[in-house]
Amino acid sequence: MRLDIILAGVGGQGILSIATVLGYAAVESGLQLKQAEVHGMSQRGGEVQSHLRISDKSIYSDLIPAGAADMILSVEPMESLRYLPFLSPEGWLVTNTTPFRNIDNYPELERVLEEVKRIPNHVAIDADAIAKEHSNSRGMNMVMVGAASVFISLEFEKLQNGIRYIFGRKGDEVVERNLATLQAGRAFAEHARTAAHR
Amino acid sequence: MKNDTVLLLGDEAVAQGALDAGISGFYAYPGTPSTEIMEYAQTSRQAADGNVHRTWSANEKTALEAAIGMSYAGKRAMAMMKHVGLNVAADAFINAGLTGANGGLIVTVADDPSMHSSQNEQDSRFFGKFAMVPILEPSNQQEAYEMCFEGFELSERYDTPVLLRLTTRIAHSRAGVARSTPQGQHEITLPEDKRQFVLLPAIARKRYKTLLGRQDAFEQEAAESRFNRYFEGSDKRLGIIACGLAYNYVMENYQDEGCPHPLLKLSQYPIPRALVQRLVDECDAVLVVEDGMPVVEEQLRGLLNRGATVRGRMSGELPRDGELNPAIVRAALGFEAQPGGSVPEGIVPRPPALCAGCSHIDSMNAINAAIRDVYGDGRVFSDIGCYTLGALPPYNAINSCVDMGASITMAKGAADAGLTPAAAIIGDSTFTHSGMTALLDAVIDNTNMIVCILDNSTTAMTGGQYSHAYGRLEQICAGLGVDPDHIRTLRPTRKTHDEFVQIIKEEIEYEGVSVIIPQRECIQTQARRAKLAKQGA
Repeated sequence: MRLDIILAGVGGQGILSIATVLGYAAVESGLQLKQAEVHGMSQRGGEVQSHLRISDKSIYSDLIPAGAADMILSVEPMESLRYLPFLSPEGWLVTNTTPFRNIDNYPELERVLEEVKRIPNHVAIDADAIAKEHSNSRGMNMVMVGAASVFISLEFEKLQNGIRYIFGRKGDEVVERNLATLQAGRAFAEHARTAAHR
Repeated sequence: MKNDTVLLLGDEAVAQGALDAGISGFYAYPGTPSTEIMEYAQTSRQAADGNVHRTWSANEKTALEAAIGMSYAGKRAMAMMKHVGLNVAADAFINAGLTGANGGLIVTVADDPSMHSSQNEQDSRFFGKFAMVPILEPSNQQEAYEMCFEGFELSERYDTPVLLRLTTRIAHSRAGVARSTPQGQHEITLPEDKRQFVLLPAIARKRYKTLLGRQDAFEQEAAESRFNRYFEGSDKRLGIIACGLAYNYVMENYQDEGCPHPLLKLSQYPIPRALVQRLVDECDAVLVVEDGMPVVEEQLRGLLNRGATVRGRMSGELPRDGELNPAIVRAALGFEAQPGGSVPEGIVPRPPALCAGCSHIDSMNAINAAIRDVYGDGRVFSDIGCYTLGALPPYNAINSCVDMGASITMAKGAADAGLTPAAAIIGDSTFTHSGMTALLDAVIDNTNMIVCILDNSTTAMTGGQYSHAYGRLEQICAGLGVDPDHIRTLRPTRKTHDEFVQIIKEEIEYEGVSVIIPQRECIQTQARRAKLAKQGA
């Protein structure tokens, strides 16, 4: 088993909480893990990426080789496209569709989404809207984890345990809300996969 | 993953390794990518229980000197810094090679190839060679952890400081680390020779001979080190030397099948010549893969490159600058690139920017209005911190960023040359790091210049660490001899813009050293404090 995921977003969007949940699930499954993070200057509203590698064998490089990622999991649509050179031809692009506009020359959203749709294996999900529907306006990241869960060979239950682990301190209500958000993301992606393969 | 395994960043693995190896003091100034070593120590229960020193120092030089002092007293100590921090601490570092160590002394330096968050990409292994001390360069987080044990032992065995070299990718990458049984701290034991640390010429000459005399032993240690490994290979058209993290990029391309070429994994220096000789003897050519500068490759080639066929960054198989990655190394190994997509047109970069509401924005606007818009662009010397982003649009406010503290000294030099007005912009933490002596120079000469100390009450750029300037700036400036009438403090906001501009204009009229202190807390640390207060309530 081997899973290479590029996590993408903008500084401050909290992609590391996604890495924490996936990482927790991997460790609980007895798997090896390497996760390269971005710290420092690029965090100030700049583009951020994290390379998450999970395997049942030794992992050498901390960085995912170009063309080898099984998935780009992005919390922002333009950022999902920035890392396409990493995506394997069979890999999945799973991205939030809500743009994060902190620059004047942000391209037209329609064009960005058109580019996303050109990728044969893609899921475009309005994670912000789904999170809001579940009264969890800050739960966009967990929608994305739920969407990703459809395409990766980590047990869903282990991801749920990851959520219990990171939100446990905040009480049962927060945990339940995030579990529901995770489930909603998963449901959306399951539907999208079926549609794509029809 | 085993049960005794913890998930740690490379930086955290160093901190945990040092703690488990019985360290008594961490000394550091924040700097990406080294900051998390100290931050981990500061939140560690184990460090608190052991009363391990773990507060920040004013700069890398004071940090390393304090670590040398702790080593003198017989306890294990570590100084941590980013690569350019070692320039600041270089005087202490090179001379520590001569004084030697008493308690184990490790200098951990995190290099930043590709300059993700730095002014240059210098390779600290050059410094290690310069100081003639052993260098450890982990290839993964587990080795980073274990090298703290080995490093302290090596340091004590040979009475020498040891350089532990990290790069960004290992410092900021998380992996499972299996811990060893923690060891207790040392008791105070003074050096047997009470003049060992006195580098008077007569003593320094002796100490230098001692250091020279140890070089063979250092090399022998490297030859026998378990971190250096010679892997046999049947395809001898090529031999590979893979340094530190670069070993992973080589192996990524072979995986479980193993590397078909003879391979020397190099993680401890000085370079063990016997192992290199063996590789050169049995292979037609040697590829040197190292992250950073071609330190090993250059030595192997020599000035005239008349020996073995050596490939690497200098011959063009690998790029001369920038960080390595699996794809770059893949090409150097002769494999075709893996197919991948390309970035579509119209995907624009998202450069880092000052946060909305940041006090530096108000400072940049006032300085532009009072200086650039009146006298033209080119008179504002700046420094290292978030405010360096003032060089970018929409501000285009600053004209220099060279090294910590250089804003004040460069403004002084330009003022000495006759440039008026000449202004310096420096952050509060950068000021106490290296700006105070610069300001003293200006005071002594009564230089006609303006120094703006942007006081956001933290070391913001690296994530909000304690600033030594906190609550002391006016006192420090007055103590250095700045006329208190020309130390002007205000709270920079949109509302106080006119007042700020007026103050700068008044101080431009004053012939002498003026210090203006716009004072408003970093919005990031403010938000964090508010959150903590809420949680505590």
